Amino acid sequence: MATPAAANSERYFVPAPSAWPFLLTVGLVVLIIGVSGFLEDGNVGPIPLYLGGALSIAIIYVWFRDVARESEGGLYTAQVDRTYRWGMSWFIFSEVMFFGAFFGALFYARGLSLPWLAGEGGELTTNLLLWPGFEAAWPSNGPANMGGKFDTIPAFDVPLINTLILLTSGVTITMAHHALKEGKRTPCIAWMWATVALGALFLFFQVEEYVHAYNDLNLTLHSGIYGSTFFMLTGFHGMHVTLGTLMLLVITLRLMKGHFKPESHFGFEGVAWYWHFVDVVWLGLFVVVYWL
Amino acid sequence: MLNKGWLARVAAGTALALASAVAMAYTETSGGYNLPTGVTEISREVYGLHMWIFWIVCGIAVVVFGAMIWSIIFHRRSKNPKPADFHESTTVEIIWTTIPFIILIGIAIPAAGTLIKMEDTRNAEMSIKVTGYQWKWEYEYLGEDVKYFSTLSAESNAARQLKSGVDVTQVPNYLVDVDNALVLPVGKKIRFLITANDVIHAWWVPELAVKKDAIPGYVNETWTKIDQPGTYRGVCAELCGRDHGFMPIVVKAVPEAEFQAWLAAKKGGKTEVAAAPAVTATDAAPAAPAVEVAAAEAAPAPKALSKEELAKKGEGVYKANCAACHQATGQGLAPTFPSLVGSKVVNGPAGELIKQVLNGKNLMPAFKQLSDEDIAAVVNYTRSSWGNKGEATTVAAVAAARK
Amino acid sequence: MAHHEHAHDAHGHDDHHHGPDKGIMRWIKTTNHKDLGTLYLFFSFAMFFVGGLMSLVIRAELFHPGLQFVDPEFFNQMTTMHALIMIFGGVMPGFVGLANWMVPMMIGCSDLALPRVNNWGFWILPFAFAMLLATLFMDGGAPAGGWTMYPPLVLQTGNSFPFLIFAVHILGISSITGAINVAVTILNMRAPGMSLLKMPLFCWTWLITAYLLIAVMPVLAGAVTMLLTDKYFGTSFFTAAGGGDPVMFQHIFWFFGHPEVYILILPAFGVVSTIIPTFARKALFGYDSMVYATASIAFLSFIVWAHHMFTVGMPLAGELFFMFATMLIAVPTGVKVFNWVATMWKGSMTFETPMLFALGFVFLFSIGGFSGLMLAITPVDFQYHDTYFVVAHFHYVLVPGAVFSIIAGVYYWIPKWTGRMYNEALGKFHFWTSAIFINLTFFPQHFAGLAGMQRRVPDYAIQFTDWNVMSSWGAFLFFAAQFIFIGNMLACCYGWFGRKQNLPDRVWEGAHGLEWTVASPAPYHTFEDPPSLHDEDLTAVHDKVDALDHHKLA
Ligand code: HEA
Ligand code: HEA
Ligand code: CUA
Ligand SMILES: [Cu+2]
Repeated sequence: MATPAAANSERYFVPAPSAWPFLLTVGLVVLIIGVSGFLEDGNVGPIPLYLGGALSIAIIYVWFRDVARESEGGLYTAQVDRTYRWGMSWFIFSEVMFFGAFFGALFYARGLSLPWLAGEGGELTTNLLLWPGFEAAWPSNGPANMGGKFDTIPAFDVPLINTLILLTSGVTITMAHHALKEGKRTPCIAWMWATVALGALFLFFQVEEYVHAYNDLNLTLHSGIYGSTFFMLTGFHGMHVTLGTLMLLVITLRLMKGHFKPESHFGFEGVAWYWHFVDVVWLGLFVVVYWL
Repeated sequence: MLNKGWLARVAAGTALALASAVAMAYTETSGGYNLPTGVTEISREVYGLHMWIFWIVCGIAVVVFGAMIWSIIFHRRSKNPKPADFHESTTVEIIWTTIPFIILIGIAIPAAGTLIKMEDTRNAEMSIKVTGYQWKWEYEYLGEDVKYFSTLSAESNAARQLKSGVDVTQVPNYLVDVDNALVLPVGKKIRFLITANDVIHAWWVPELAVKKDAIPGYVNETWTKIDQPGTYRGVCAELCGRDHGFMPIVVKAVPEAEFQAWLAAKKGGKTEVAAAPAVTATDAAPAAPAVEVAAAEAAPAPKALSKEELAKKGEGVYKANCAACHQATGQGLAPTFPSLVGSKVVNGPAGELIKQVLNGKNLMPAFKQLSDEDIAAVVNYTRSSWGNKGEATTVAAVAAARK
Repeated sequence: MAHHEHAHDAHGHDDHHHGPDKGIMRWIKTTNHKDLGTLYLFFSFAMFFVGGLMSLVIRAELFHPGLQFVDPEFFNQMTTMHALIMIFGGVMPGFVGLANWMVPMMIGCSDLALPRVNNWGFWILPFAFAMLLATLFMDGGAPAGGWTMYPPLVLQTGNSFPFLIFAVHILGISSITGAINVAVTILNMRAPGMSLLKMPLFCWTWLITAYLLIAVMPVLAGAVTMLLTDKYFGTSFFTAAGGGDPVMFQHIFWFFGHPEVYILILPAFGVVSTIIPTFARKALFGYDSMVYATASIAFLSFIVWAHHMFTVGMPLAGELFFMFATMLIAVPTGVKVFNWVATMWKGSMTFETPMLFALGFVFLFSIGGFSGLMLAITPVDFQYHDTYFVVAHFHYVLVPGAVFSIIAGVYYWIPKWTGRMYNEALGKFHFWTSAIFINLTFFPQHFAGLAGMQRRVPDYAIQFTDWNVMSSWGAFLFFAAQFIFIGNMLACCYGWFGRKQNLPDRVWEGAHGLEWTVASPAPYHTFEDPPSLHDEDLTAVHDKVDALDHHKLA
């Protein structure tokens, strides 16, 4: 690829024209058409769903493969490395804000809407005229007792175990990082596998917990504001853990293929940052969703 | 070029001035180009604030635009070939940061004062519950068991239909007139308890300077104290779907005595039956009280209506509530309003259709407020018209479906 | 704007590169910031016209009282789509297009930091809007709940609902990737010696805009996701019965929505701050204070959101807080306006078309700002809220505000992009017609609103007739006037009427900045090796340039 960078390795690397972004878009849109059809019982059938999904994944794969090659091919100057650091930081910031919306919803419901429905904060008439007898308490599924009576998951049970799992995984990935920096590849890979395993274990427990909630506790998405906030927050966190675990896996495989150098390995660090982010979000969840 | 500029500005300016003059000639609400001063102490204060801020920003505009125009005229290359080269001065920066700040304080203080008064709903002498529906208002005089719907007047409603052909300028109070106005006494502190049944609406009467959102599941409080008797018109001020523009508000403020008389008559309930106009579009209100009365007088049970009679009544109900969207032909307006002709829902099990009429679906509002008889009637009408073949249902079935 | 001939010129300029691909593939696969800037601008242009057409449907129905042309439901669809398309399809991509073209040339780097991501960020847009527009033909029609998408109303949307939500998600992705790209470019790729406080103000305003975008777009994504689950998965975020609150959506939406409106205006400030010094032949007055003002506007924009919700029945304390916070924004914005005036003061001004649009901006944006300040006064906003007074306010800041600045920027830089000069006489004509007709469109709406005409209605009481007649005339004429603009610009792109590529590097003799040190048209690749800075190349002139190096943040 006769790119400017190839011409002069001191220059900032500008990739050659690429069709991946466009194809990724196509994949996403097909996927969306599939999902929408499914939601609005339109008659598009399952094909778009799978097709779009498959295409998107394939493209993401080849795209990142290119990036890995460029990186290993030594096309990335120190400045490119800084770009990725800045980029990843901003991206994680945007993720924080995304979770912020749902945490905000939780605090609003607990701090404002439920008390109001119970007649506090100058909303007496709301309670008297519309929801007589309703009293604010947490957990709550609202004055209409949405989805029927339900139980919650105690914090100091599986959630605590999951907390410990994630915290440990934070340690193991740090160990891996040190090993990598000291050029000790084999222990590094070992620590990475440990991290991946912990991630998977966390997910396993999370799924268990959901099954339990739905089957035994009658705690569902329909369980009013509690069910809504509980499943949306833990659910989106779960998705991020899944994604993170996959990324850890990729990194591990790349390590086994001999990628990354002791002095330059942002691919690794970026994933580590992401993993720590997911970790921190969980701590927040553990405290405000399960515990308090 | 510059002269062209001036001409342009002058032209635009005069155009606006003229036009506003013309418009004022037309209008009936105070001037028609500014907020009404209104008929309550609060509304007058609000108006005062409005003008105060308006003149302040005008002043600032004169200064800022004046300076700009000045330099546009005198600091162009033809007049001032050699630009000055200053480009910083902490002093002026500080000056023009603090002055606006001080001006703002001058606005904030009176504003806060008025706001605090407006939010003080304590020791009101009477309370009225206002409920927004798609697309009508319900007024309930708390403690008086008087409660009725208020909807767009029949005349306006006929005129506002798409391509009605009616010259709306000839319709009195076009779009700001209702069948049953909200009657209020003057000189009393009245508290409004505002809520909604389906989506968010907003109850707004400019002359009272009252606007509050009607939010389903919550009650908002506000108040007024009207000084002069009269008729004050307002509108729903929050987008609430298709007929958001067609659910006006009319407040009739009357002296205390007159109000008491009206209230007494209203309690009798008779007035409705008399007042109940031939069913008008989106107007099912009177039906409710009418039925109560019927029941009270132990009139023949609604079931007694034969299938034909029901279907006949149904046509009226349909024209009134459904035709606006589904059209008199039942064919709807694709893609937005589905056709009822041969529709699965309409010809399917009656229960489903009744449920949908009662609870609505997507764009279709709920019609809970219709009487069981009306609903049975309209259901039968749709199931037996335009070649539809659904078996008839009964008033009892509807009553059951409500449970 | 770049195009095929231009591509060949690019070859001419530095032939040691492979040129771009040929034909359509060039545009699909490009990673070049100039190509993508061009795509963004053409896309924005197209969306402006679709949104403009919808606004004409609105104005046609409102021309006279009574329902003449469309069903009320369709009218609401037009209002909703008009707003979404203008904001997310017109103004935002317009500014991203300008950033794509100009930021690398202003700070002296070869391209945006993440060129492939840049390509992705663009191409998802046309797909998103194709989806959104397709909803017009679905059962239940397009979304009609207003661009603010308030529940429960928006949950009554038909089959188009998921497409609305996912379209918003995609737009969010596009904005976030675009913003990350610009932010990283500015923070990481400035030519050696260009400290943050020496870079052109346009880069500053965009840096801060990017920050706002990254901060609030995810919040919008979260909000609409809750709508989606409320409608399809039985959650009750916005249902009182389940312990939620419809108003909660409004809080989350406006936490995005208010910063959003500054996202729509900060880059405009940047454009105007670039153009006025050029034609006043005088350095921008108070560069530093401009930077700090922009930053404080951005900060304040996070704590004023509820001024859109004064009538929802907030606790008194909340209403007071949001009133005061909102009023404060007038101060830093004022600083900007004053700085612009001071820049013109004792300058040596000429009035080429970009300058005319910039001056039009300062006048008319300020008018919009003044009405904004009036709206900030809670007790009076109870009267203004959801009337045409609000509609007038935000169109003044959006159309002669944001849109004028885009137009000004295009006039200002198109000679650099295409190497051809636009026709000045036509440009001036375009300005005067636009300026007059936009006022004719939106000024009367103040009166209609004060007199009591509420928003989002297809029909109105007869006493509002005259205001609406004027407004509709204005709208049609303004729209027509834009064709002068298209003609003039396309002629530059494609060299119609024998327009020659015969411009000097520094097209405007008063202009400073690195973009004016490269050839016109700008070669396909610029600043692959960072330039060495000379003070006269810097837009931000300081008495003691070196004294500022301690400002270096990066
Ligand atoms: C580009 C977009 C943009 C910008 C820049 C602004 C700027 C401002 N806006 Fe606006 N606004 C919108 C877009 C924008 N707005 C939109 C789209 C809506 C409607 C959304 C919807 O409901 O659909 C809206 C609605 C809106 C409301 C809600 C109205 C309602 O629904 O009831 C309010 C209320 O406070 C408000 C206030 C302000 C203020 C105080 C500013 C300030 O930033 C203005 C500051 C500028 C000046 C004041 C002028 C220059 C200053 C000087 C010359 C200095 C001296 C001046 C003084 C000391 C007064 N805006
Ligand atoms: C940036 C945003 C933007 C822009 C540009 C416009 C432009 C216009 N708007 Fe709109 N409008 C909104 C944002 C905007 N609007 C919003 C947010 C709402 C609220 C919706 C709601 O209530 O939910 C609204 C609502 C709204 C209403 C109220 C509807 C109602 O309440 O029912 C009306 C009515 O007259 C209206 C009219 C117009 C008109 C006549 C224009 C004309 O100016 C249109 C003509 C403009 C053009 C033809 C584009 C010209 C631009 C160029 C030529 C630039 C070239 C670009 C490049 C070179 C890249 N708009
Ligand atoms: Cu009810 Cu608008
Ligand atoms: Cu705002």
